[in-house]
Amino acid sequence: MTAAIELIGITKRFPGVIANDDVNLTVQRGEIHAICGENGAGKSTLMKMLYGMQAPDEGQMLIDGEPVSLSSPSDAIARGIGMVHQHFMLADQLTVLENVILGSEPTNGIGMIDFREARRHFDEVGESYGLTIDPDDLVETLEVGERQRVEIIKVLFRGAQILILDEPTAVLVPQEVEELFRNMRDLKAKGATILFIDHKLQEVLEIADSITVLRQGKTIATVDPKDVTAGDLAELMVGSELPVPDTTDSTVTDEVSLDVHGLTVLDADKRRVVDDVSLIIRRGEIVGIAGVEGNGQHELVSAIIGTMTPESGTVSLNGNDLATRSVRERREAGMAYVPQDRHVEGLLLDAPLWENIALGHQTEKPFSKGIWIDRGGTRARTEEICDWYDVRTPNVDVSAHALSGGNQQKLILGREITTNPDLLSASHPTRGIDVGAQAAVWDHLRTARAGGLATLLISADLEELIGLSDTIVVMFHGKLVATLDPADVTPRVLGAYMTGAHLDDDSPGGVAPPTHPEATTTDSVGVQP
Amino acid sequence: MNQSILRRVALAVGAPFAAVVFAVALSSVVLLISGNNPYNAFSDMLENASRLETFVDILNNATPLYISGIAAAIGFRMNLFNIGVEGQYLIAAFFAAAVGSAGFVVDLPAPLHVAVILLVAMSVGAAWAGVAGALKVTRGINEVISTIMLNFIAVGGVIAWLLVEFQDDSGASNSGTTPLAASGRLPSLNRVLETVTREIGKGRELTGVLIIAVVVGIGYHLFINRTRLGFDFRASGYNPMAARAGGVPPKRMIMYAMLLSGAVAGLVGMFEVLSDKGQYSQSFVRGIGFNGIAVALIGRNNSVGIAVGALLFGFLSTSSGILQITGSATPEIVEIMKGIIVLSAVVAYEVVRRIRLRDEAKSAAEATERRDDSVPVEGSEVPA
Amino acid sequence: MTDVIATPRPADTPEEGGVKGLFAKYVALPGPIRWMTAAALGVLLLSIVQEISGEGSSVLTEPGTSGAMLRFAVPILLAGLGGLFSERAGVVNIGLEGMMILGTWFGAWGTVNFDSPWAGLVCGAIGGALGGLLHAVATVSFGVDHIISGVAINILAPGLTRFLSDQVFSDWEGGSITQSPRAVGLPKFDVPLLAGQGGSTSLLGELDDKDWFFVSDVAGFLEGAMQSLSLYTVIAFALVPLSGFVLWRTRLGLRIRICGERPEAGESLGVNIYLHKYIGVVTSGAFAGVAGGFVAMELAGIYREGQTLGRGYIGLAALIFGNWRPGGVMLGSLLFGYPFVLALRDSTGLGTRALLLVIGIALIAVLVFSVVNRKWTDSIIAGVLALAMLIWWSQSSTAPNWLPNTMPYATVLLVLVFMSQRLRMPAADGQIYRKGG
Repeated sequence: MTAAIELIGITKRFPGVIANDDVNLTVQRGEIHAICGENGAGKSTLMKMLYGMQAPDEGQMLIDGEPVSLSSPSDAIARGIGMVHQHFMLADQLTVLENVILGSEPTNGIGMIDFREARRHFDEVGESYGLTIDPDDLVETLEVGERQRVEIIKVLFRGAQILILDEPTAVLVPQEVEELFRNMRDLKAKGATILFIDHKLQEVLEIADSITVLRQGKTIATVDPKDVTAGDLAELMVGSELPVPDTTDSTVTDEVSLDVHGLTVLDADKRRVVDDVSLIIRRGEIVGIAGVEGNGQHELVSAIIGTMTPESGTVSLNGNDLATRSVRERREAGMAYVPQDRHVEGLLLDAPLWENIALGHQTEKPFSKGIWIDRGGTRARTEEICDWYDVRTPNVDVSAHALSGGNQQKLILGREITTNPDLLSASHPTRGIDVGAQAAVWDHLRTARAGGLATLLISADLEELIGLSDTIVVMFHGKLVATLDPADVTPRVLGAYMTGAHLDDDSPGGVAPPTHPEATTTDSVGVQP
Repeated sequence: MNQSILRRVALAVGAPFAAVVFAVALSSVVLLISGNNPYNAFSDMLENASRLETFVDILNNATPLYISGIAAAIGFRMNLFNIGVEGQYLIAAFFAAAVGSAGFVVDLPAPLHVAVILLVAMSVGAAWAGVAGALKVTRGINEVISTIMLNFIAVGGVIAWLLVEFQDDSGASNSGTTPLAASGRLPSLNRVLETVTREIGKGRELTGVLIIAVVVGIGYHLFINRTRLGFDFRASGYNPMAARAGGVPPKRMIMYAMLLSGAVAGLVGMFEVLSDKGQYSQSFVRGIGFNGIAVALIGRNNSVGIAVGALLFGFLSTSSGILQITGSATPEIVEIMKGIIVLSAVVAYEVVRRIRLRDEAKSAAEATERRDDSVPVEGSEVPA
Repeated sequence: MTDVIATPRPADTPEEGGVKGLFAKYVALPGPIRWMTAAALGVLLLSIVQEISGEGSSVLTEPGTSGAMLRFAVPILLAGLGGLFSERAGVVNIGLEGMMILGTWFGAWGTVNFDSPWAGLVCGAIGGALGGLLHAVATVSFGVDHIISGVAINILAPGLTRFLSDQVFSDWEGGSITQSPRAVGLPKFDVPLLAGQGGSTSLLGELDDKDWFFVSDVAGFLEGAMQSLSLYTVIAFALVPLSGFVLWRTRLGLRIRICGERPEAGESLGVNIYLHKYIGVVTSGAFAGVAGGFVAMELAGIYREGQTLGRGYIGLAALIFGNWRPGGVMLGSLLFGYPFVLALRDSTGLGTRALLLVIGIALIAVLVFSVVNRKWTDSIIAGVLALAMLIWWSQSSTAPNWLPNTMPYATVLLVLVFMSQRLRMPAADGQIYRKGG
């Protein structure tokens, strides 16, 4: 029996990076095959090449035993390959049906869409794979899990027999993950081949028939899940030099730096996205906030830095109430901010590096003198930052666009830390950057902490949270539901709090005394916006 | 290193140059099709431009265009499209002319009289642009639509209405505001120019507003590139979200930009108000606002670039006169050239921008690799 | 919330008492009935105002006015529909004005040159489409900012038409560098039975003559709309459902719309995004060209320089007002076209004065609506403006002659003040798209 997919010696280079280096992969028909690897291991590039979005520089691709060269997604679709992207490719303002049929619309002679036929086929696909969703709903009204189902239907609608799922569980809550896995098993039973990317090892072991591990663009091993443990997999993924963020001696002092009390933020629909949050961070302390994304972390940080106006509550730094101050006044008072998405809130992509470095500090020395921008001072400082933080760039006049993600991130971190702030709010500081840069960022955060910096760390990476934080608080549905000691908390316990599952769990373990009395009232979790 | 700088300069200068060459080529084709000899036409244009009097004409033409271009550029720098320079300068010129010839202002000494007129013009221009700014900030109305509507309201409504009120007493058909007294006019710069040239003939007068234009240009350059507020402007233009996180309040920036753009726009009409016409009349010159946008686009919102663009447009406008006289080509060809230059310039700039980004990405990637290579080398040297 | 003009989702508007409930019930009605109700309410308002204002203001609803209203709505409508195709494909088209200018010239040229108004219509469309093509090349292929490219086209178009006039029209009898010879539009007809002139039967005409409050006004209004109706007008209004059909019922339409909503999604399913953006923008230009042809051939009967009067921009405003939907664009074009009619027909200024009262009453309606929905800022703005309108109306006996000329543009601004925040443009509108991210 020929394999569904066979990749031989696939290599793909980007300027400055080898994304895939001699990758070999065999996926049997009708199996669920997982691809594991760290961020930057080259998983997504591999999947994009399989779906015709990028062409390999070297190597051969065989689908059902036939050598193919895919130059566009259409080619891939014609070969029976479908892809569910990590960031859903759905138009919010279109209906489910419209999203699904797009590109393979059943039409009559004059180009008019045959909606009856479309609906029939849609229902047929949905029924045979047990995927239910109303075809007439607008996509914007759907939950995340439902959107993913639309994406899967989209692929099946085209008769795909090979499904590529790019980190399908990253955006899902546990119940949705169970639902997804049920669907995946149904699909397999109907003869589909599934290739999925993941780096949550427990999940991989639960669902996959075989697992291929990628590291730094190379295929390290293909293993049977029955033969390995999560620990084995982790070792394969990171090699010997796992950058573990270890906590050295505590540098926490008694001096309160940030004091947030009773903070409530409403969204456009008047829902309480941050609900009566109180939090204290001391000098030299890193407080990590754990939580599934979208539970109010971003709004909490935004209200602290001042880009969002809270409904009520106070924010004070070193005893000064800043709740009504502007972002600039807060920055001048000693707040710094590493945003969750460097391209959205972090950088002026078209501006040179030195202007990016001045951003946020343009009222302070050495970036300005009186009403004038101090170009010389700013450039000199930029060169220093590039040096200290190992930002690799030909000079400080290139635009921020030109830098890789890791270098951009180090640039932002350098900008925010070198002005000696009292408080740093860092959201996902190592997201999407390579392992080397990640270790560097962690080092910088630890050094700054030793220097007395109070840090609010938000991260989806539990290793990072546990490794760096002095205290971990869990945010769920806009509330802080638990305060935990990273020294004896496990990812499993954290996960239970993050998903609200601890409500059914008798022994979550490791619950430290609360920072504020109201911070640990776990029974308040039930109160839903 | 040197080569990369050369390449950057070549790219920067090359784009507008290519646009002009393209425009000349394309309009030559058009001229050939319409039965004219392009060589004769262009040589007539160039020969004409080399005369001193034509040079004065070009400067006079370019002066208001330049100010208008700066006004548009202030908005563009913030990704704010103030299409309303046209309406702003007309309404500002009207009020400036009306106030300048009314009440106590008439009796002011010359410098003060001119200063009051300029102040009124800038305030009215700023206020009219500010309406669009306020509508955007408070009600989320796109400034493109609102400034265009305000153009029509200014010309068809406000000015038409008030012109009747402020009309000069006589029942003249071409009614306008009362002409300004001599104290409210700027002297011509002929004497200044004549110190380096021969005497200017044919009754040409070099407008004194040229000085205002130069001041505006230098001020704009310093403000945008060197001041903190200018930095905030540009940051908002690059990425409003990042600017906000960096302490730049986006709504306030929009208001500032519109007010400033409008204030500069208010100065556009001064070359006529402060000249010996000294009034706002039915035949007051129109269309400089839209051409100013063109000039700003050609000049890439850069103070020197806009000057080049304004001179180019001034040259083309003056050329239509000579083509009329010599008959070597239809004068309207210059209108087409203007359009082609603008359109091909914006396309060329975009192409160049992409080339530059690619260059930078490549050199940044090289920098990354170079360091990677150097690390093990250093490491191996230590034990040795 | 997002769709104020069309396709309401009844589930989103829970039953409530009072004004809100009434509004919800209205919104839940089928489309055609909603339109007719809105139109009837509009005429009712006008006839009430007419009764109050008395002599001279009958211009508001007399047959000639409604006919002219349709005619003046057409260029705005066509420009707006053009904008619809472009912006649904994700390209903001501020160049509509320039494409419309091209349409005026080519429309007149085609009419005169081929001695056929049909040829004029086609030439106008082609002229506009060329402008659209230019915009597409700049924005889609070269990634130039949409507004900048549009502005450049608006600068190019008048220069080009002036040049062409000099080359062509100057040599023709009756033409000059600023205008063409006479270029008459498509044939006109009266709708049989309902409307007619002279001796022919006219049901609506008789009703109008009865002089009954409201009923006669409605009849007069409808009669005017159906008298000497130009085929051009009929075609323009037929394009409303046709555009809706193409965009929402055909494969081409769905693919155009994905370009404006989420081009990456289209690309990942093998849709050629560039191609469909080109189709959208070129169609947009063709529509604007037809709009220009209408201005030249139907409104003026001649090409004259500068005759578009910013109607392309107003079309864009109608598109925004109409929430990027054909029906909404139509409503917007009627609303924004109406003041143009008064500018032309209301020589005494009495009708325009009465219109102040209409606006005042409309603002009071907005006020009530805002108060019910607890939108206090809106309430204050509406209240102040309504008061100002009523005072102005009561203190004047006739409108100043500049007011009618200003009214179309002021109406646009006024409407957007209350509307723009509840509108939803296509998600990727105005964004520069590059293949492969």
